[in-house]
Amino acid sequence: MTDQSTAQEVVPDDPTGTRPPRRRAPRGTTSHARSFSPGFIAKLILIGTVDALGVYGILSAWAVSQWGILAFLVLALVVANWAYFSRRMLPAKYLVPGLLFLVVYQLFAMGYTGYVAFTNYGDGHNSTKADAITQIAAQNERRVEGSPSLPLAVVQSGDELGFAVVTEDGDTQVGTAEQPFEDVDATVESGRITEVPGWEVLGFAQVAADQEAITSLRVPFSDDPSDGSVRTQDGSTGYVFRSALEYDAAADTFTDTDTGTVYTPGEGGNFVSPDGERLTPGWRVGVGFDNFTAMVTDSRMAGPFAQIFVWTFAFAFLSVITTFALGLFLAITFNDPRVRGRKVYRSLLILPYAFPGFLSALVWRGMLNERFGLINEVLLGGASIPWLSDPWLAKAAIIGVNLWLGFPYMFLICTGALQSIPHDMTEAARIDGAGRWRIFRSLTLPLLMVSVAPLLISSFAFNFNNFSLIYMLTGGGPNFVGTPYVVGHTDILISMVYSVAFESGTKQYGVASALSIVIFLIVGVISYLGFRRTRTLEEI
Amino acid sequence: MRRSIPALATTAVLALALAACSSSDSPSDATSDSPAADAAEGTLTMWVDDTRIDSMRPVVEAFSEESGVEVELVQKATGDIGPDFVTQVPTGEGPDIIVSAHDGLGEWVNNGVVAPIELGDKADAFADSAVQAMAYDGQTYGVPISIENIALVRNNALLADTPATTFDELVEQAKGAGTDFSVLIQQGEESDPYHLYPLQTSFGAPVFEQSADGSYTDTLALGGEAGHAYAAYLAKLGADRTLDLSVDGDKAKQAFLDGQAPYIVTGPWNTSAFQEAGMDISVLPVPSAGGQPAQPFVGVQGVFISAKSENPVLANEFVVNYLTTEEAQDALYEAGGRLPALTASADKVDDAVLQGFNEAGATGAPMPAIPAMSSVWSFWGATEAQIVGGQAADPAGAWDAMVQNIQDAIDG
Repeated sequence: MTDQSTAQEVVPDDPTGTRPPRRRAPRGTTSHARSFSPGFIAKLILIGTVDALGVYGILSAWAVSQWGILAFLVLALVVANWAYFSRRMLPAKYLVPGLLFLVVYQLFAMGYTGYVAFTNYGDGHNSTKADAITQIAAQNERRVEGSPSLPLAVVQSGDELGFAVVTEDGDTQVGTAEQPFEDVDATVESGRITEVPGWEVLGFAQVAADQEAITSLRVPFSDDPSDGSVRTQDGSTGYVFRSALEYDAAADTFTDTDTGTVYTPGEGGNFVSPDGERLTPGWRVGVGFDNFTAMVTDSRMAGPFAQIFVWTFAFAFLSVITTFALGLFLAITFNDPRVRGRKVYRSLLILPYAFPGFLSALVWRGMLNERFGLINEVLLGGASIPWLSDPWLAKAAIIGVNLWLGFPYMFLICTGALQSIPHDMTEAARIDGAGRWRIFRSLTLPLLMVSVAPLLISSFAFNFNNFSLIYMLTGGGPNFVGTPYVVGHTDILISMVYSVAFESGTKQYGVASALSIVIFLIVGVISYLGFRRTRTLEEI
Repeated sequence: MRRSIPALATTAVLALALAACSSSDSPSDATSDSPAADAAEGTLTMWVDDTRIDSMRPVVEAFSEESGVEVELVQKATGDIGPDFVTQVPTGEGPDIIVSAHDGLGEWVNNGVVAPIELGDKADAFADSAVQAMAYDGQTYGVPISIENIALVRNNALLADTPATTFDELVEQAKGAGTDFSVLIQQGEESDPYHLYPLQTSFGAPVFEQSADGSYTDTLALGGEAGHAYAAYLAKLGADRTLDLSVDGDKAKQAFLDGQAPYIVTGPWNTSAFQEAGMDISVLPVPSAGGQPAQPFVGVQGVFISAKSENPVLANEFVVNYLTTEEAQDALYEAGGRLPALTASADKVDDAVLQGFNEAGATGAPMPAIPAMSSVWSFWGATEAQIVGGQAADPAGAWDAMVQNIQDAIDG
């Protein structure tokens, strides 16, 4: 938003942007390429640098097959060069950088959040289906119990790879993916196979050059597939493995080789058996609006979610009201010329605003500690009031701390707004016989609201997402009992999102993204309605 | 023309940023793509935290000399290794190898980011609990390098011997020393289930059931009669101030350093401070409180291989074949001072304190690695704090509510 607004503000300031024709030289007489002014050389160097970096980025993206980044870089480079070398694109010269940043940092993040909100991305659904299949197969390949560890050499004949092993009896055998092990007369030196007739024994360097093929090679132990197959992970030791789950690519199913249970890909992004048993890992799939309804449809979560929802509004609303009331009161008080030392008071009052908010929250957390906190121990003479562990007291504590943190801001903006109200208006009102209260209610407050109301709305939006205060002061606690996520009575929506995404054991980025979109919509609608109301205030 | 220079500069910065984003991907890829013409060409990337990177460096250099495979050590914050491993492996940009505590293993397996390995006969050379910790769902995923667990530490200047066979007797004896505290077990606002776990297991209430091979199932075992008995015992210890929520880790350590308690239940990370302060200490197993053996949690540092490593053979050569050798484990111990997981190396450790921890941990149970463990900790600690602090009037009831909460979190 910052990028956009600054970029837009720049344009009206620029006189040439509105009257380009007058400054433009007649076509054909001078071109940019002929006027080698210092500015042009600077531009050439800068654009050249940009182009060089861009081309480097494009090549890098090409190397790692990131086609999305590549396309974006090509487009961005073309746009940048066109904007800065074309003579007609004066506004674009100011807008392009901002717009590009907007795309990268805002639109991309928004689009990606939107995409994730409709998937089940999170723990257990971390990657693609192909990855999941590979992993399930790998995790369920079990060493045959009691089978020996076989000294092994990787051998090659033409293009065909095979394994040569020394069996428990000291015999040497060779096999390939198609050909089960059979005896050969190989040379063994100090437990290692060094020569196999008809095969080339690969050294470590050659093994390292073809790791993928060697680790995926399975040599059947005997003609009976249920005996398992030999594989190696290091190219020097082989073990007999059997797959507990076998993947059938044609049917796209996993089959349990012991029980015969067939696992088919389910809608939730897991292979599922007929009786509902799921294999992990799963993969990312679209889940439609499930994430958006998850909080309401889960009976264990519905109650706490409703409470958190209401508390978020109450918290944001009460925070704005209390800080504004106190800030306004103090502003009016210290706006009165009869108060002495106003400057000192004003400076002191701004102090809470000068501390970093999360630091103050931590200090308050210590002061509100039930046993050792300053408030219970010193101010209340050793009382044992559970400030942070009782649901209602914790809410009160949060509102109180936020009042302390927030009133200086309101005090500042109210002071500024009060000083801009013309003195002769209040004087005229007084001459007309209005009392103090009447002047405040009918004159000061409405005039104040014209400039302050938009700030109150933004303050509401800020507090609606005031994550650091909740996280630092109570951590959301005291916790609800019986919820599947670790959420508590003082959690607001955004801290709940954090808990769902990162803190509650299984991470659920999909649900968390959906919730952030819901929060965005709520804040957006409220702000829109609020700003529409303030327009009517301006008509006073 | 002059006016557009700032805008140009901005574009330059943008392009720099974009190029930086994209180019940061390329080096790792370039190295992994290039085929190893001979053994010296291979490069493995390994994530290590700041406390282990220095002890890992000589081991890695020795391996490079031996095999020609370069191992690039990347330092990461301890808490970032696990989560970053989960998010980066699927993109193909993750490391080949990580060094981490084993308690994230369940999450990695569940997300398919860690590759199974086969220790084969080498498994017998390690402490049982260390190998169990590397297993999840019957499959082995890592090579254990060091073991940590808590034990009872005695200040020999205050009490010369420990005849006690039960925890109650221990507290009685400790009170005889006439110090401010008897047996220090660190607490805090959220209690400390980790340090209380030996007491809990002595009542026969381990957090999860263990299957025959020592790996955990996700069936909760901390409820029922045994759990109630432990909850009542906690309430008793809280009431007579043996346990005090206000005594957190720092305060407990300081009190023991100041000679205010004959005993403390703590781990090897604190004993070096005690020894540096010139204290004469002995390390003993924690006596049983409920009749059954008091098992501490055993935390195991392991080395794990990424499921999408492009150098699986090199990684296995390093992790399975090199780090399991006595030479490598000895070197790790010498540089890091942590108890080696390899029995042969651990036996050589002549430090009496580390040996004491080793003996106390011999009966220990590995810390569970199931993905729901993080929410288990928070419910567990909060409930124990309520019981110890006396806010829970009915300890058994509070314990049951906690079991229900944890079950919900696991099902969730």
